Amino acid sequence: MPKLKNTKDEYGWISISLHWLVAISVIGLFILGLWMRTLSYYDPWYQLGPHIHKSLGVILFTVLILRVLVRLFNPPPTPLLTLSKFERVAAHSVHILLYVLLFCIMISGYLISTADGRPIEVFNWFNIPATITGIENQEDLAGEIHYYLALSVIILAGIHALAAFKHHIIDKDNTLKRILGLSKPSP
Amino acid sequence: MSILRKSLAIALLPVSMSLASITSAADYVIDTKGSHAFIQFKIQHLGYSWLLGRFNEFEGTFSYDDKKPADSEVNVIIKTASVDSNHAERDKHLRSKDFLNVSKHPTATFKSKKITDNGNGSAKLIGDLTLNGVTKEITIDVSKIGEGKDPWGGYRAGFEGTTKFALKDFNISKDLGPASQEVEMYLSIEGIRKS
Repeated sequence: MPKLKNTKDEYGWISISLHWLVAISVIGLFILGLWMRTLSYYDPWYQLGPHIHKSLGVILFTVLILRVLVRLFNPPPTPLLTLSKFERVAAHSVHILLYVLLFCIMISGYLISTADGRPIEVFNWFNIPATITGIENQEDLAGEIHYYLALSVIILAGIHALAAFKHHIIDKDNTLKRILGLSKPSP
Repeated sequence: MSILRKSLAIALLPVSMSLASITSAADYVIDTKGSHAFIQFKIQHLGYSWLLGRFNEFEGTFSYDDKKPADSEVNVIIKTASVDSNHAERDKHLRSKDFLNVSKHPTATFKSKKITDNGNGSAKLIGDLTLNGVTKEITIDVSKIGEGKDPWGGYRAGFEGTTKFALKDFNISKDLGPASQEVEMYLSIEGIRKS
């Protein structure tokens, strides 16, 4: 069983939980984001969908910051020794790019809703005030960026998942098990 | 009308006709620079209230002669992306394919075809409105507000107009409910006479 914190060989429960929390949230937000745009004006979800999407997005932003801090103070285990140089560089680049994309998606989403100075109401709990407003066609520009980056992150996450399956099924190594907390401690 | 006045009128007819051809209708530029012109719309929200909005960017010209208002001509071109309902998320939606489809149809135009003078300072202005790529004839009820010299050496004339049309007529597909099928327009237009 993994410990709470990452070790040289294993992911700890903190990193594992944060990984899956972010994964499920991002996929959920992506589906919700696409679906809520198709709703008719009289649909009960017409206002609720975007409200939940924005609120969860803000909360995910704080979770992601927490994840970056964890990563900085408690780095992930070293890559498996069986990995080629290319695999190590590719995996690391994809991980970093996923973080960068997620932050850009959240910032662009924030800039849509706050383009006219209105705050984002997070579950009627607290407000995130507007900061940058009044860029020419800000809501449209931010909207395009938000949409295409969201598509990109889902595609990239798909590649990231396929790579994990490749390691599990073809290479039969610990890559996937590690992030599920199922890897056996090295002898 | 007395016979005398009638014959006088007939006698003066060639004079007034020649005068008319000399003082032909003046051309005006719509004062969008100083923003003394407004294109506003309103549509019912759920049938419970009116939602108001406007187009911030447009330009146009008209010709007008108060002796022969029926000879007037109006041309206006509106930048559809300038739609402003005081809510960024809604404006983004209004610019999308559900409504104005502004990336495909960046402009809306109005070209007058015919004017019927009602004789009391009001008229029916009939023309082609091109919106969302669809051209349809609409009738705008126009009335004159006033004309004359401005304090800065220019000459101005101003009108207001109202019209309404169904969103469906211009292929605007989004269904906002039974009370919101039609949009009403209010136009306040001031022109500066070209020198």
